[in-house]
Amino acid sequence: MRKLLPLILVSVSLVIFAVDLYYIQIVDDNYKEDAIDLSVKKNYVYPQRGYIYDRDGELLVENQPAYDVMVVPFQTTDFDTLKLANLLGMTKQKLDNKIQQAINYSWKLPSRILPQLTKEEYAAIQERMYKYEGFYIQKRSLRSYDTDHAANVLGYIAEVNRRDIKKNPYYQSGDLIGRQGVEQQYEEVLRGVRGVEYIKRDRFNRNLGPYKDGSYDTLAQKGKDISLTIDIDLQAYGQKLMKGKRGGIVALEPETGEILSLVTSPNYDPSLLVGRKRSRNFTKLWNDTIAKPLYDRGLQAVYPPGSTFKALTGLIALQEEVVDTTENFHCYGGYTYARGQKMGCHDHKNPVSMINAVAHSCNSYFAQVYMRTIEKYDTPQQGIDNWHDHLTSFGLGDYLGYDLPIGRKGFIPDADYYNRAYEYPKYEWYASATISNAIGQGEVLTTPIQLANVMAAIANRGWYRKPHIIKKIEGQLIKKDKYLEKNQTTIDKENFKPIIKGLHDVYEYGTARFLRVPDIEMCGKTGTAENKTVIDGETVQLTDHSIFVAFAPKDDPQIALAVFVENGYWGSRYAGRIASLMTEKYLKGKITRKDLEQWILSHTLEEEYAKPLSGEPFEINQ
Amino acid sequence: MPRILNQLDWLSVLLYTIIICIGWAMIYSASLETTDPEILNFSKPYGRQIIWIGFSIFLIVLVLSLDTKFLIRFSSIIYIISILLLAGLFVFGKSIAGQVAWYSFGSFSFQPAEFTKIAVSLAISKYLSEINVVLKKPLVQIKSLLIIIMPMALILMQPDAGTALTFLAFIIPLYRKGLPHAYLVLGISVVALFLLTLKFSASSVSISVGLLSIIGLVLFRKKKVNYIKYFLFVGLAIGFVFSVNFVFNNVLLPHQQDRFEILLGNKTDIKGTGFNTYQSKVAIGSGGLTGKGWLKGTQTHGKFVPAQHTDYIFTTLAEEWGFIGSMTVLLLYLFFIIRLFIMAERQKRNFSLIYGYCVASILFIHFFINIGMVIGLLPTIGIPLPLFSYGGSSLWGFTILIFLFLKMDAERKQL
Repeated sequence: MRKLLPLILVSVSLVIFAVDLYYIQIVDDNYKEDAIDLSVKKNYVYPQRGYIYDRDGELLVENQPAYDVMVVPFQTTDFDTLKLANLLGMTKQKLDNKIQQAINYSWKLPSRILPQLTKEEYAAIQERMYKYEGFYIQKRSLRSYDTDHAANVLGYIAEVNRRDIKKNPYYQSGDLIGRQGVEQQYEEVLRGVRGVEYIKRDRFNRNLGPYKDGSYDTLAQKGKDISLTIDIDLQAYGQKLMKGKRGGIVALEPETGEILSLVTSPNYDPSLLVGRKRSRNFTKLWNDTIAKPLYDRGLQAVYPPGSTFKALTGLIALQEEVVDTTENFHCYGGYTYARGQKMGCHDHKNPVSMINAVAHSCNSYFAQVYMRTIEKYDTPQQGIDNWHDHLTSFGLGDYLGYDLPIGRKGFIPDADYYNRAYEYPKYEWYASATISNAIGQGEVLTTPIQLANVMAAIANRGWYRKPHIIKKIEGQLIKKDKYLEKNQTTIDKENFKPIIKGLHDVYEYGTARFLRVPDIEMCGKTGTAENKTVIDGETVQLTDHSIFVAFAPKDDPQIALAVFVENGYWGSRYAGRIASLMTEKYLKGKITRKDLEQWILSHTLEEEYAKPLSGEPFEINQ
Repeated sequence: MPRILNQLDWLSVLLYTIIICIGWAMIYSASLETTDPEILNFSKPYGRQIIWIGFSIFLIVLVLSLDTKFLIRFSSIIYIISILLLAGLFVFGKSIAGQVAWYSFGSFSFQPAEFTKIAVSLAISKYLSEINVVLKKPLVQIKSLLIIIMPMALILMQPDAGTALTFLAFIIPLYRKGLPHAYLVLGISVVALFLLTLKFSASSVSISVGLLSIIGLVLFRKKKVNYIKYFLFVGLAIGFVFSVNFVFNNVLLPHQQDRFEILLGNKTDIKGTGFNTYQSKVAIGSGGLTGKGWLKGTQTHGKFVPAQHTDYIFTTLAEEWGFIGSMTVLLLYLFFIIRLFIMAERQKRNFSLIYGYCVASILFIHFFINIGMVIGLLPTIGIPLPLFSYGGSSLWGFTILIFLFLKMDAERKQL
């Protein structure tokens, strides 16, 4: 028995060690991962972000180098926090906070301690950085802008947040990601792919050569350059004209659906959102809830389209054959559509038929043809649904499918909507209840880009291509089916002829006769949208929004646009003038009507915008 | 002399040689600097280890030509000299890292504790092989324990708890020669109760002990049990349990306390005290089944494991040669240890038998504590892996220890 003790001890220890080694070496993979984390350093190589050009090859956005101070908490050893804080020019408390945040984020992955040093700061810090194990400096590239506007189109880049990291495992703390505009939309194209070099390191973080002869290394792929459909000169001109006004301009090339300019006002200099001042400036822009510079009025502003909608009312009526171009309607200063209910109209030639009704923007005419359109069917439900389908074929009432990350659907009511609103079948409702739709003042809501797209479809006599902003990637023209496909409207080609004639006559003798561009056959339509705000709990009506839609030249359309100026009063007053100047600028490259240009540049609406904030009673539509 | 060579147990010599060679290859990898990979660079551990190994061959020749009778006769004197050497450390020793464990002669250092093991082995063998010395007698028990405890106490005072702990190995030869089972039961109970109390709490452990003793009474009710002894034992156990926290807090040093806490999982501290064990396990675990290949260990090359060429040399093996390599070396060791025990049993002289047991037991306890520490089963106890770790004193101590026994074994038929 006593002789057996050694054998028992030896066998027991063999079993214990064998099981434990088996577990550590073969079953548990954590140690293998930890070994790589400890002994292999990942050097990230961030590629250049792609450049952004305009449609004519003008450079809009390029890069500048920047340096971030990073930490890998797991690799740090005891160090003098105060000394490091002084070196980095931050308080000890802030550094402690940053390190704690880094630990909370990840023990093993790098986190950013101090963002975006300049070259000079980098040179001063870099020499002494080696003393602090686990800290290092990462080179990245930041944006540099060759334009001081179009921030809404371009977007900006910012450090990824936790949500981004969770959503896409590619990103790590401190990485940059595109936000808003094309930076967000074409993030993956512009970004390229980060490269990784695996380097063996020792306990003192010294380089011991490539890990596994570099077989795990990946090369950085350069971000691709893109060209936009934007004409930066036209964009800049639009921005200039909109100075002191709030609103948006959307200009499209009807043939292709390319977005020529997308102006929102007020805007801001994209350089404000670069570098370390980014977050402070962003907060400032974000907190401006009155002028809302971060709000893209060209894409996001939803308003009743006003009289610009009459072109569509006319087209649908012709298509439904409830009226022809010769039938005259009388306008007695308005149209009585129910007992005691009258829609007013302004003073113009009488009677009117389709073409001059468009030119004079006659409310009575369009109210009557609208009634016929709806009442053609047995029930108002059928009539409204049919009318709704015509409008949606123009891209209204839904997202247009353009390649920018923001947008609104707008609204085109259908039978369901009115049934719910009037509690059908408990209560009946009739076409007359929806009469405001005829002149774009009812439940209909549109965005400026939708209106511009409607103009493109009219200019093309019945079809449109989806608006888009990408033209080339790495010099290759984009041939995406989505943007090449012709979207047919429900209106036959011949029905466009009288409407286009009417839109043309708007410039000849109609509401925009003083805005004609010399030598160019223009088509357009004014619009006015009533709007209200709430002051101290009371709804108050403000000065109307000025709206104008246009395309030109009439028979070979090069540009279709929608202009929208908040509280600009009637359509031709601000929006019409701006549309006219934009058209001339784009088609002729120069402005001949200096007086007109001067009028727009010297008039601002700041006073108008100050009214509701003044706290005093005020007059509107002056 | 040629006759000695004929009688020598060549299997043991072969195992000894293989282990030393593999050990050197590991030391080479662990202390290699990429800039100067010369084998005979004597400023590097791998170069110096070649000198230590060369000197071992000289020692082997010397030991094999010794007269063992001389050793037996003078073992008491050797024991006294070794005790004096240990005591002298407190006067003449050199303090390294807070320990006075070394005599220093210029660039050469010498650790007497390594040779104390030989001296104690000889003394125990001598004492227990005397006629009329029977371990059943309490006086003999006390005397033999004193032989072991005296050097242990001196080593503890250096302080070097790790080396002192290895003297527990002598319990095995004592047990072989008739030390009552009670000592073994007592020893195991003390260790188990100590660890359990630290892991759980004094009250819960003492309640469990009480419950177990009642179950014991029910089970053994038909046998004659000395109730006084039984309850005395249970009472002492409970008393011990309640003193554990006091011992832990007042006797153990803070770093020793930390090592227990980490082992028991009461504390996790990758950056501080647990750092060594963590780095060690990472190196071992990353070896996988077949390892990363000799000289290709990332953890070894990056010098992440502290004291890797000495106490943690096994991690280099495990990282570069994987599970297969580690198991091969473990089996070599255990085979060697078993071989030594078997050889001890075939001795005709009582002295040689006990000495053989001492040699195999010391080798075993070093092996067990070192591997146990390296893979994180035991707290951090800094003792080398015999014949494998870098260091002259340890290598020479074990060489003399083992070859003295091989010499005795070779002479066994001459008697």
